[in-house]
Amino acid sequence: MDATTLTLAQAAQALNAREISAQELTRAYLERIEALNPALNAFITLDAERAMEAAAAADTRLGQASATPLTGIPLAIKDLFCTQNLRTTCGSAMLANFLPPYESTVTARLKAAGAVVLGKTNMDEFAMGSSNETSFFGPVRNPWAYDRTPGGSSGGSATAMAAGLCAGALGTDTGGSIRQPAAMTGITGLKPTYGRVSRFGMIAFASSLDQAGPMTRTVEDAALLLQEMAGFDPKDATSINEPVPDYHAALGRDLKGLRIGMPAEYFGEGLGQESRTAIEAAMEVYRSLGAHIHPISLPMTRHAIPTYYIIAPAEASSNLARYDGIRFGHRCADPKDLKDLYCRTRAEGFGAEVKRRIMLGTYVLSSGYYDAYYRKAQQVRRLIAEDFSRAFREHDLGVILTPTAPETAFKLGEKNADPVSMYLSDIYTINVNLAGLPGISLPCGFDAKGLPIGFQLIGRPLDEATILATGHAYQLATQWHKARPEGKS
Amino acid sequence: MSQDSRYETVIGLEIHTQLRTRSKIFCGCPNQFGSAPNTQICPVCAAFPGVLPVLNREVLNMAIKTGLALHGQIRLYNEFARKNYFYPDLPAGYQISQFELPIVEQGELMIEPEGSPRKRIGITRIHMEVDAGKNLHEGIQGASWVDLNRTGTPLLEIVTEPDLRSAAETGAFLKKLRSIVRYLEVCDGNMEEGSFRCDANVSVRRWGATQYGTRAEIKNLNSIRNVMRAIEFETDRQIDRIENGEKVIQETRLWDANQNLTRPMRGKEEAHDYRYFPEPDLPPVQLDPARIEAIRATMPELPDDKFARFQKDYALSDYDAGVLTASREMANYYEIALRASPADPKSVANWVTGELLGRLNKEGLEITQSPVQAESLGALTAMIHNNVISGKIAKSVFAHMFEHGGTPQQIVAEQGLSQVTDQGAIEAEVDKILAAHPEKIAQYRAGKNQLLGFFVGEIMKATRGKANPGVVNELLKNKLAP
Repeated sequence: MDATTLTLAQAAQALNAREISAQELTRAYLERIEALNPALNAFITLDAERAMEAAAAADTRLGQASATPLTGIPLAIKDLFCTQNLRTTCGSAMLANFLPPYESTVTARLKAAGAVVLGKTNMDEFAMGSSNETSFFGPVRNPWAYDRTPGGSSGGSATAMAAGLCAGALGTDTGGSIRQPAAMTGITGLKPTYGRVSRFGMIAFASSLDQAGPMTRTVEDAALLLQEMAGFDPKDATSINEPVPDYHAALGRDLKGLRIGMPAEYFGEGLGQESRTAIEAAMEVYRSLGAHIHPISLPMTRHAIPTYYIIAPAEASSNLARYDGIRFGHRCADPKDLKDLYCRTRAEGFGAEVKRRIMLGTYVLSSGYYDAYYRKAQQVRRLIAEDFSRAFREHDLGVILTPTAPETAFKLGEKNADPVSMYLSDIYTINVNLAGLPGISLPCGFDAKGLPIGFQLIGRPLDEATILATGHAYQLATQWHKARPEGKS
Repeated sequence: MSQDSRYETVIGLEIHTQLRTRSKIFCGCPNQFGSAPNTQICPVCAAFPGVLPVLNREVLNMAIKTGLALHGQIRLYNEFARKNYFYPDLPAGYQISQFELPIVEQGELMIEPEGSPRKRIGITRIHMEVDAGKNLHEGIQGASWVDLNRTGTPLLEIVTEPDLRSAAETGAFLKKLRSIVRYLEVCDGNMEEGSFRCDANVSVRRWGATQYGTRAEIKNLNSIRNVMRAIEFETDRQIDRIENGEKVIQETRLWDANQNLTRPMRGKEEAHDYRYFPEPDLPPVQLDPARIEAIRATMPELPDDKFARFQKDYALSDYDAGVLTASREMANYYEIALRASPADPKSVANWVTGELLGRLNKEGLEITQSPVQAESLGALTAMIHNNVISGKIAKSVFAHMFEHGGTPQQIVAEQGLSQVTDQGAIEAEVDKILAAHPEKIAQYRAGKNQLLGFFVGEIMKATRGKANPGVVNELLKNKLAP
């Protein structure tokens, strides 16, 4: 048995039945990483030694009452979650040598549940990008086609998951950074409701949009990870203090009578034909499972990109002010004076896309422009959220089904010259962040080039259970999530 | 001082009060001073990547208390905002403050400047914010240190309307405000140590002008006296410029207490665009009116209410009531003393504001450091009221207590100072004195009435002050009657 082909749920079962030890499973992944990562560049930092120690501890715990479904499960962590005494770079030269003295709440919870951290995955610098090409540590390759992007910004986690380098991965999603790479690599990626998962210890890009989530082989695996990740955190004032339901138990729900909204605006001319065909086939699957498809309209959709590219850079320009070379991170050599220290530290430490967004954000917050840009964008954001709540309410919808991305994985370098066309690759995911809703992407086919296509299910606030159940039912009825990129390159 | 009577000064203040919470505003670090640099900090203080602020609820309570004390509107929905600028003592690159929706708006404070009628000073707003750290420039050549211990100290910024018109009004305002924050126990009010800081916006205009003149913002004011001196200097400086045909420039100026002048602040003169926007890491504050009422119920009696009550219940003068309510400690002292001498609030007040404060001032002591306990001062006043001792003897008993401690009862007993009220004993002394001065009796009877004082004095001398003056007077008048 190649343990690295198991789903997280299967691996948990095998561990629990002592068919395999956590140390064997971890070693299998580490060996696979050693073989494949040099070409894929999915990991920035490996933590093999501590991973083996954690696996040994998990082996002791397995079989005891304190074991959880994640005990002994090897995970890949996006390099944006601070991990105590393990380098956390955020894909940036600025933090190339940053050793956090604290642990993010999410990774702390997963470790407490017995999960094994294999290492930290590559990402767009400060999560700013949709192709993983803005990383200081070089682009990640898509295991389905090595000359293509895995998407971004959680590209390293997506590739690690798709290539079988981990049993589960963590991503973060500000405008689609979990769902878009999940779609482009043929895996499942869930962005929970804003506030469902603590942001403490997640390096901030845009605070009002950032949310952590699982990237997994299956919806069931996502439910198992989310179970441990979700919940109120007194260290994050924006985390929601509501009970966490049993997501795994919710997976068995019958879809008969489920009302699925299909927004016309998401199926316009920007959507590739092959993707459209695959997603329409997915709707047929849902019809066959007893769900009803309702055409709906979300008229504010077209404002998503401009709204997002005001709010996210505005918050980023402020969030990234702390990288000043004084307390941690990169510092320029021999600064002449304070201004020189600031200017050269930041000029050297940040890449082009990060600088572009800092400038955008600084501009839209400037006196004289604030009302026209930032305030207006916040008003539009509210309308976007109302768009969704009205649709859910008026059509009594359980979920809304849309494409995840307008096209399949594009070639590395293809969009580098045109930031706006790059920004458009998040057109179907960004509104979900602006509205704070949960969304999940799952695979539903391949295009003629053999590249994965994904679709997205959007839920009501805090109703991760329904999109998980809806996604799980689809995966019980289809095989797309089982396809692996073996031998491709 | 050469204040030109053709001009009027207009002053508005921004006061930063450091709140006396146990922990900092956004993390659990202790809110205390005097520790070695960077020992009272955590990743939140140092703005490390990924850490988040969580609001200390006590800061909200103190802001509400202060807002209620200043008769402000408490905004049930208020929010934090980021004020963005780069400086090494500001680790996040932004200060968490409040901007468009502060917690308190539209308050007021009544002041009583010496020699002027009561005046209302409007409070524009009060908002919560975080203090920055400190840059230290001593110790190494060509470099600076950053101490983040102060980072995270909660502040209330209190902004007044431009309602103040003189240094004296400004001094009265600051004293009153400081007394209120001390009454509320939200701030220790120590300007020298920077826990109660004041910036003054000063402008001048011709009397009768309807528009304000161009203002200068004066910083580095570390005592009320310096605030007043700076306003006087700045008023003269601006008037001189105008009179010389020059313009007043809108700028920030620093007060130099040694040279007694203000000068333009260097280095920071470029205009900042703070790019305020709502703080996304903190949800808006939503207050329950019941919470505000609960806080109101726990509020101590404030200076104005105490002032009114002291006047009404104790029939005190404006002056006495003002002095005795200037601080919570002073008022407590008075009311404890009064318990021992409830029949005579006026003379207890006189003893506190006169003898006691005079002596404390001379020794440089606060009321809380008084060697004479309030109970003892009250007992002393009661002894006068009950004719146990005379006022004159009481003064020496007071001096004894101040220097050596002890209760008045003890001292009077030990030194045999009890007043003689026994008619027979006093009459014997009176007769002795009258017998010794027949010629003075004759002069008195001939109309030289002021000689009564002479006889009283002689008798008091003979009794070492212990004779009851009322009884002495009575006896003398009878015996001297023709």
